[in-house]
Amino acid sequence: MDEGVKYGETELKMESVVTYVRRLLGREKKKEEERHLRANDRTFNGSFRYTNNAIKTSKYNIITFLPLNLFEQFTRLANAYFLFLFCLQLIPRVSSLSWFTTAVPLILVLSITGVKDASDDIKRHRSDKQVNNRKVDVLVDGQLKKEKWRNVQVGDIIKLENNQFVTADLLLLSSSEPLNLVYVETAELDGETNLKVKQALTVTGEMGNSTEVLGAFKGEVRCEPPNNRLDKFKGALTVDKQVYSLDNDKVLLRGCTLRNTEWCFGLVIFGGPDTKLMQNSGKTKFKRTSIDHLMNILVLCIFGFLATMCAILTVGNAVWEVKEGSVFTVFLPREDDTSAGLSSFLTFWSYVIVLNTVVPISLYVSVEFIRLGNSFFIDWDRKMYYPKNDTPAQARTTTLNEDLGRIKYIFSDKTGTLTQNIMVFNRCSINGKAFGELFDFSGQRVEITEVRKNTDPGFVPSSDTTLQSFMFQQGFSSSLVISGELHYQAQSPDEGALVTAARNFGFVFRSRTPETVTLMEMGRKVIYELVAVLDFNNVRKRMSVIVRSPDGKLLLLCKGADTIVYERLHPSCDNLMKVTTNHLNEYAGDGLRTLVLAYKDLDKSYLEEWKQRHHEACTAIDGREERLDELYEEIEKDLMLLGATAVEDKLQDGVPQTIEQLAKADIKIWVLTGDKQETAENIGYSCNMLREEMKDVFIVAANTADEVREELQNARRKMCPDAAETPHVTTSRAGLFWLQKTQTVQDEKVDGDYGLVINGHSLAFALEKDMRMELLRTACMCQTVICCRVTPLQKAQVVELVKKYKQAVTLAIGDGANDVSMIKAAHVGVGISGHEGMQAVISSDFSFAQFRYLQRLLLVHGRWSYLRMCKFLRYFFYKNFTFTFVHFWYAFFCGFSAQTVYDEWFITCYNLVYTALPVLGMSLFDQDVNDRWSFRYPQLYSPGQQNLYFNKKVFVRCMMHSWYSSLILFFIPWAAMHDTVRDDGKDIADYQSFALLAQTCLLVVVSVQLCLDTYYWTAVNQFFMWGSLAAYFAVSFTMYSNGMFLIFTSAFPFVGVARNSLNQPNVWLTIFLASLLCLLPVVAFRFILIQLRPTINDKLRHKVQMEALPAPAPRRPPPRRISTRRSGYAFSHAQGYGNLVTSKNFLRPLKKRTALFVQTDSPLAQNEPQHYRSIAEEPEGSQSP
Amino acid sequence: MMASSYNAKDEDGHITVSGPGGSTLRSKKPENTAFKQQRLPAWQPILTAGTVLPAFFIIGLIFIPIGIGLYVTSNNIKEFEIDYTGVDMSSPCFNCSQNFSWNSTRPCTCTIPFYLEQPYESNVFMYYGLSNFYQNHRRYVKSRDDSQLNGDMDSLMRPSKECEPYAFHENKPIAPCGAIANSMFNDTLELFYNDPNGTKIPIPLTTTGIAWWTDKHVKFRNPGGNNPNLTAVFQGTTKPVNWRRPVYELDADPENDGFINEDFIVWMRTAALPTFRKLYRIIQKKNNIVPTLPRGNYTLEVVYNYPVRSFEGRKRMILSTISWMGGKNPFLGIAYITVGSVCFFLGVVLLIIHHKYGNRNNSADISN
Repeated sequence: MDEGVKYGETELKMESVVTYVRRLLGREKKKEEERHLRANDRTFNGSFRYTNNAIKTSKYNIITFLPLNLFEQFTRLANAYFLFLFCLQLIPRVSSLSWFTTAVPLILVLSITGVKDASDDIKRHRSDKQVNNRKVDVLVDGQLKKEKWRNVQVGDIIKLENNQFVTADLLLLSSSEPLNLVYVETAELDGETNLKVKQALTVTGEMGNSTEVLGAFKGEVRCEPPNNRLDKFKGALTVDKQVYSLDNDKVLLRGCTLRNTEWCFGLVIFGGPDTKLMQNSGKTKFKRTSIDHLMNILVLCIFGFLATMCAILTVGNAVWEVKEGSVFTVFLPREDDTSAGLSSFLTFWSYVIVLNTVVPISLYVSVEFIRLGNSFFIDWDRKMYYPKNDTPAQARTTTLNEDLGRIKYIFSDKTGTLTQNIMVFNRCSINGKAFGELFDFSGQRVEITEVRKNTDPGFVPSSDTTLQSFMFQQGFSSSLVISGELHYQAQSPDEGALVTAARNFGFVFRSRTPETVTLMEMGRKVIYELVAVLDFNNVRKRMSVIVRSPDGKLLLLCKGADTIVYERLHPSCDNLMKVTTNHLNEYAGDGLRTLVLAYKDLDKSYLEEWKQRHHEACTAIDGREERLDELYEEIEKDLMLLGATAVEDKLQDGVPQTIEQLAKADIKIWVLTGDKQETAENIGYSCNMLREEMKDVFIVAANTADEVREELQNARRKMCPDAAETPHVTTSRAGLFWLQKTQTVQDEKVDGDYGLVINGHSLAFALEKDMRMELLRTACMCQTVICCRVTPLQKAQVVELVKKYKQAVTLAIGDGANDVSMIKAAHVGVGISGHEGMQAVISSDFSFAQFRYLQRLLLVHGRWSYLRMCKFLRYFFYKNFTFTFVHFWYAFFCGFSAQTVYDEWFITCYNLVYTALPVLGMSLFDQDVNDRWSFRYPQLYSPGQQNLYFNKKVFVRCMMHSWYSSLILFFIPWAAMHDTVRDDGKDIADYQSFALLAQTCLLVVVSVQLCLDTYYWTAVNQFFMWGSLAAYFAVSFTMYSNGMFLIFTSAFPFVGVARNSLNQPNVWLTIFLASLLCLLPVVAFRFILIQLRPTINDKLRHKVQMEALPAPAPRRPPPRRISTRRSGYAFSHAQGYGNLVTSKNFLRPLKKRTALFVQTDSPLAQNEPQHYRSIAEEPEGSQSP
Repeated sequence: MMASSYNAKDEDGHITVSGPGGSTLRSKKPENTAFKQQRLPAWQPILTAGTVLPAFFIIGLIFIPIGIGLYVTSNNIKEFEIDYTGVDMSSPCFNCSQNFSWNSTRPCTCTIPFYLEQPYESNVFMYYGLSNFYQNHRRYVKSRDDSQLNGDMDSLMRPSKECEPYAFHENKPIAPCGAIANSMFNDTLELFYNDPNGTKIPIPLTTTGIAWWTDKHVKFRNPGGNNPNLTAVFQGTTKPVNWRRPVYELDADPENDGFINEDFIVWMRTAALPTFRKLYRIIQKKNNIVPTLPRGNYTLEVVYNYPVRSFEGRKRMILSTISWMGGKNPFLGIAYITVGSVCFFLGVVLLIIHHKYGNRNNSADISN
């Protein structure tokens, strides 16, 4: 039984039990078909028993904790097994060990896990409480009242203020903003940091903020039942028998934050667990590491092995009983009515008890401990702490540590993960002159900060007139919202960067009305009249404005992608174009987003005529779009080149280096981004994933399935012409009972580096069942894969694809809610914390503030965790097998009677006391080389990817080793004690002395073996090691003392044994001999391995002995790429704000907004033809200068 | 490219974060302790030729002399063993071994002559050895009541269930209860020296001092405290089924009677293996001039009570001297010599391997 599956089953069972109980109590409600609610009517809504807004993520309460937690724990295979053993031991005839040998460890293990679960749950209770107790204004009886979140009911009307979290899923009723708009940030939901606009229905919007009207509002809502689709909402609002349909635009979801909106009112539709946020965050998959799975399989194998051993011994017992036991009855009569057969049967179970230690109970607890410890080390790491926003790294799950050392594929989001999501105006070329690159004395590039620009007038000679117009053009941006004191909130961060830069150079964009734009030009206020906006769209890849300056000059200002603008330049610009092109290439080579600016003086009469035609086109019914395009095309020609700008999509610190490091560690990085292809490519180049020296970068951007297939195949054939057409799939069985079928696509060798860029549209085809193999093969041949324009679902699908067919450990890293699906799908999910959106972090397993910490997480912490875990498992299995096999040998000398070799107390304490701490010490502190060396040699990471340190082979080797050790540990004492006496002639070959000798030998051997395995001897290790040995002798002498015997006579029958045998030289000689015989072969074998086939670790450790610190890597100056590649108009820009901006309705305060607002649907409808509603349309439009 | 250059600037120095109110919030920056940063000073030993090879040679050099010493010591121990089970027709005890019953009133005695080729100096220890006797069988080992043997009156009258089926006999509690006690070795062995002039001189055998001090004084105690009248103390109990005499008649000496009888204690210390020997008597050294047992003819007189034929067991009488390392056991000596030699040999092999391959590999640079 797979543990993970088991957990799932348990949950199911538990759920059904809970449901059943609820039904019994009459509290169970039927599955909701439709939600029906009435505003301000708690009694009406109460009849449906909707859940209120309280959320509960905790699992237990005080009463249910014990039974539920115990039940949960006993569903674990190991715990159930020990419970079963405990029950067996209570049967006197079977019991070969006293009850405490199992009970004590079991109770200890249960209580440790219980305490951990309890503390986890207390944390959840606390966070629930904190969220539930947030305050919000609720409208009760026409009065606003502060209420706790948990008391908010479905049907309540609540008031939200700026920057407040949305309490529940609300139907937006009215807002302070014109047109009943509200701006929300949905970072927590979908990771997008730009503002979204929601708009209330006019009929509700009219209520404004009048509490009386709102209090009397009796609208009824019928809508879909709670679900987890964030992008869809269907419902209807009935007000005064009028039915209005509701869609997603009218709903505020829990988890959003209100921005730039003074206040708004909303009607609660879904509360608490019904909200889309909670419905989404519901079922978290229980992630387990591959070692967990392996361990489960091994434990089963061990069970099989145990059964085999017991069976062998049972047969032995049967033979013995027939041959010897039946005649030995003179001295040892059979227990009444026990035949030889029954006796053998009972022996089987007795041996199950004696040999139970092959499945060590403390294994699971120790594993948890080690993971917990390693998680703490991650939390404590100062080198993963980001001082800027005070964010330390955080291991949010403590179960996945060792998988961090085995990552083969990384799936990364772009925005906010690789980049800072900050656009900075970086360089520009004006009239053939390049500006903006600063070097300090050492030749290092200096970051241009805003402050620097302000204080450094030399950066841009401000007297240049061309420059003035250049900057002036920058000042225009069609889609700006000014919020606060000159803080621009642009639709796209690129524009924000440009405008901010212009402001810093003295061209301040002050304000805008539909007709005018006010600029401060070098301290002089100038009002430009806005004649027309020729808006951006994806085909045009440019945008223009026509303005009339105060002195009556008409100007067309255009900015856009270089290729597009170049086509429209006046021939006189040819020389300038060449110079600018050089600059552009340079910028593009540095991974900057470039933009070309041009202008044109317009003739007044021409413009008038053009405007006329424009107006006609706008009002045309047929082919409006085409006609407008034609018009735009016509006027945007013979432009004069001004120059170019370069905006840097600022990468986070150290991203290229990190990626290089990870690539050296043989980790493949795939970027999955929702961004446009150009942007994604750009980032690919700037963070060194795509390189100029790559043989080829394939771009798959096709529209049909067949084309996609062809492109993929072509790419594959080009990379690897000899590869078979059909992928080579290895099918094997894995998992428990080999029930799981796995398919693995083999890696194919490719010469040279290739890159693959695929867009979301093509990806959709490529992820289809019949094509995904093709995709996987092609993608895996490439060094770098970039998927752009992908949806969150596709992100998860890509991850699943690799997971399924590569059998490799995957890691997904992202910062936004759009990454949640992939974070959950991957084996390990990492969230970038410290930004506004926490959704990714919440569902992640590890979180930190900067992408560059990933290399530390993997190359240092992951590698160590994996190393430690594997060492632990190897050693743990070794020590337990060795311990147990000795019993097996002894069986041949005690009539297969399930007599133990050791004292029962030793058996009880062996795992829990004598060997627990040293092995924990090793598995918490061990490191082969320190972090600096780990960074210096990333190839140290690859053994983890190939799972070399612990697999079935290693396990078998472990068993052979134990087998050998146990032979030594039994037969050396046997031979040495055979017919031997003490130095005063008295007995020493008695059972008790032999037990003491055997157990002492065992403990010494496993301790020294641990010493051999430990690479890193800290004081703690030494303390644990010697402490445990000392404890063993101390405890032995105590337990075998007169006092203990006199108090608990029957519990401690070994009185005096330690004193009587440990003062014998031959006992010590035997211990010494046994230890050496166990260890010498190991040392010799390891030494030979190091000599003949040293691993990279061996070599490095040797090197570390020579040099204390790694030599710093040769510092290469970042290569200056002279690129022939040209970045497109890489605005992450959505079309469609032009009309909103220039519509007069936009500006507040508005008196008669409904009258002016003629459009019934959303002003933001994206699919509307892009046209600019000219000012000329308005009768009162002031066109004269 | 090393990325640590990025981390270096975060590495040290405390950063305090100013809160909105101008107050300084406690930074979440982890503490810079060696423990938390996993920089604990540590010793990192590795297996190099410089450590491994000398270790092997040194172990070899130490083990071989120890082994020789042990072997010589063991060989100097004199041991004489005689099997008196009486399996062979020719054996003097054959008759006794054939007809046996626990309750026979007429003891069967057999006499075994033997010749000691060497004189035994110093104390000589007389053991009886049993073979194929499973004193370590689980059911046998636990069939005793330590509380009863420790003098607990309660347990005396109500022996523990572990003693079944030897807990009660005819509704009386058995003292001492259990299978171990019940099967106590009850042959009597006597030794005579046949003087060359024909007289049979009995050799004095010491019956005390054969059990562990802790057993005699801590683990085994007679019930009733210091009451010398053991008969009264054991009133109400019955003797083990196989015994001829009750427990309070094991010896005339009250210090060696009842539960603290040393023969009994020795028997009760169950053996680890099915072939074992137990100390029976000590022949004290008389003086430094005369050997304890001179060379010559001896007679062993056995009162043959203990049946072993049924399970193919063997009974032996062993005379042995001892040394600082106990009785005669050449194993340790041989093992030490062997291990030492193997170590030495391995050392040479490893040296050759290291010489041939090691240098090449270690000097090879690590590709980066």
